[in-house]
Amino acid sequence: MSINVKNIHKRFDEFTALDDISLDFPSGELVALLGPSGCGKTTLLRIIAGLEQADLGDIILDGENASNTHVRDRQVGFVFQHYALFKHMTIFDNVAFGLRMKPKAQRPSESKIREKVFSLLQLVQLDWLADRFPAQLSGGQRQRIALARALAVEPRVLLLDEPFGALDAKVRKELRRWLRKLHDELHITSIFVTHDQEEALEVADRVVLMDHGKVEQVGTPEAVYNHPQTPFVYSFLGSVNVFHGRAEQEHLQVGNEQLRHHNDSYGHAQDVFAFARPHELKIVENNHHEGVSARISRVLSFGIETKVELDGLNGTHYEVHLSQQQRQDQPLHIGQEVKLVPSALALFPKEIETLRLSEQQG
Amino acid sequence: MSTLAIQTHASQTTRFEKNAATREPNWVKYLLLGISLSFFALFLLLPLIAVFTEALRKGLETYWLAFTDADALSSIALTLTAALISVPLNLVFGVAAAWAITKFEFRGKQILITFIDLPFSISPVIVGLSLVLVFGVHGWFGEWLVANDVKVIFALPGIVLATIFVTFPFVARELIPLMQAQGKEEEEAAIVLGAKGWQNFWYVTLPNIKWGLLYGVILCNARAMGEFGAVSVVSGHIRGETNTLPLHVEILYNEYNFSAAFAVASLLALLALLTLVIKSYVEHKISKRTNG
Repeated sequence: MSINVKNIHKRFDEFTALDDISLDFPSGELVALLGPSGCGKTTLLRIIAGLEQADLGDIILDGENASNTHVRDRQVGFVFQHYALFKHMTIFDNVAFGLRMKPKAQRPSESKIREKVFSLLQLVQLDWLADRFPAQLSGGQRQRIALARALAVEPRVLLLDEPFGALDAKVRKELRRWLRKLHDELHITSIFVTHDQEEALEVADRVVLMDHGKVEQVGTPEAVYNHPQTPFVYSFLGSVNVFHGRAEQEHLQVGNEQLRHHNDSYGHAQDVFAFARPHELKIVENNHHEGVSARISRVLSFGIETKVELDGLNGTHYEVHLSQQQRQDQPLHIGQEVKLVPSALALFPKEIETLRLSEQQG
Repeated sequence: MSTLAIQTHASQTTRFEKNAATREPNWVKYLLLGISLSFFALFLLLPLIAVFTEALRKGLETYWLAFTDADALSSIALTLTAALISVPLNLVFGVAAAWAITKFEFRGKQILITFIDLPFSISPVIVGLSLVLVFGVHGWFGEWLVANDVKVIFALPGIVLATIFVTFPFVARELIPLMQAQGKEEEEAAIVLGAKGWQNFWYVTLPNIKWGLLYGVILCNARAMGEFGAVSVVSGHIRGETNTLPLHVEILYNEYNFSAAFAVASLLALLALLTLVIKSYVEHKISKRTNG
């Protein structure tokens, strides 16, 4: 089932949680709502579920306006960050709950319920836990039960609010892969909220990046990672180095130093932010004709890459990733004065960004 | 719930004490222990023993006679009736108030919370007097009540009203922090799964609060049966009619009928001890639930 969100606004007192959000979630896709905490992603999810009411705007489920439909008639499945399992019920009763709450005319017989519950427990591979209570399960198991419980009523969409947020790193990874596999089997339209960029990029078909109640970018994981459209997306997805400077023709003037920016030529000078990923920076000798001066402060050489941390002249920090081969070719030591040369730079005009920054503060 | 905190604290205290670096000198420990134990013995244990020894001083037969006396029996019946009416009413009120405060946002919430505590801070005598002012013959509704032949003051309705007022906070006070701590998530999960309002209450909310609720009801009941001040003002002390157990004790005592007074008092003391036993059992249940 498709979900369309149209011009949603939501305020909590003075705080704008959602500012004119319009999004389309096509049928059968697994979409991630990604953003820092307080960006409005959970509020949007709760509005789609009906657990929260938007101040303005509409939620269209399967072509029908559902803005005023009661939560229990929207046929959505919701998975909470902290599982929200019924503590006093066994796992079986938890999963059976939705079926047992149906009006008498629609309620399946107890034997049908039993069949359904066990097939769901097998789906989440936990049928051997049917008689236990939630407190006796691990976090990962509880979240799988929460998912089985949500699926029991055959929802048209599945909404997951930071489903792996309360789990430790190893279990998160496992469950991530498992959720993707499950979605490939069921093909139910799903939206999940996360603040973990790696999680969003690995699991989702499409990623919606949000910041301060606004949508910054929508696209496939490859598209948003490789072609960030806004400074926020650039800095949120992975580590990044920022240069403040003035772009003029083929060059970027940073303080007294010059860089080539590899973008289209600038006709007139403009103040910009310039972004470069850690692997897009080269470390060259101090006497090189171009580059930004920096001093090496740390060299971390474990794993397949070497991380070099550097301090700039005016208190800025840089991070450069080198392959082991590059590292061997180039002797580096702490305290060494070097220059940094980018192989690629993404430029964003400064006016827009400063305007946005002042908006956020105000 | 305070006892609960004490129980979970136990393992921490042992660790704290075993560690030489954090241990206080022994004399501090025994001084504090001595003060609290002698206080307990002097002001709690001694009177309790006195009640039972005085009650049994003239032998079991007189002890037994004190209960089988017609006035005593009627006072027992009255006390039970008053409790039987006021406790369920306060149960309904307590659940409704706790529900309203923890699940809804509304103006004046803080005022409601403060007012629930009013019976704890006000002297019971004032409660009784205010009831007389409102429902008495010369009170606000006095004429109307006399005209319609309804007796409130010096009758069962007055006693019930006074008891309800005094025992008003127990259930709500017990439930509010409990329901606040539990939050709304389980109820939200139930609604999304299609549960209707009453289904949600019956299958999700109630099982989660049942031990806390029972705890509140026990305390409420204990106070309802033991209330003296407020009831004393509105009862009129009519023997065999409007005397509750505590009032009956007072009358017997004032008539220098000490052994009977203490015998009836011992019944109230037994009720209190029974309440304590049930209360610790319920507390034990609660702590098992929250820890397990």
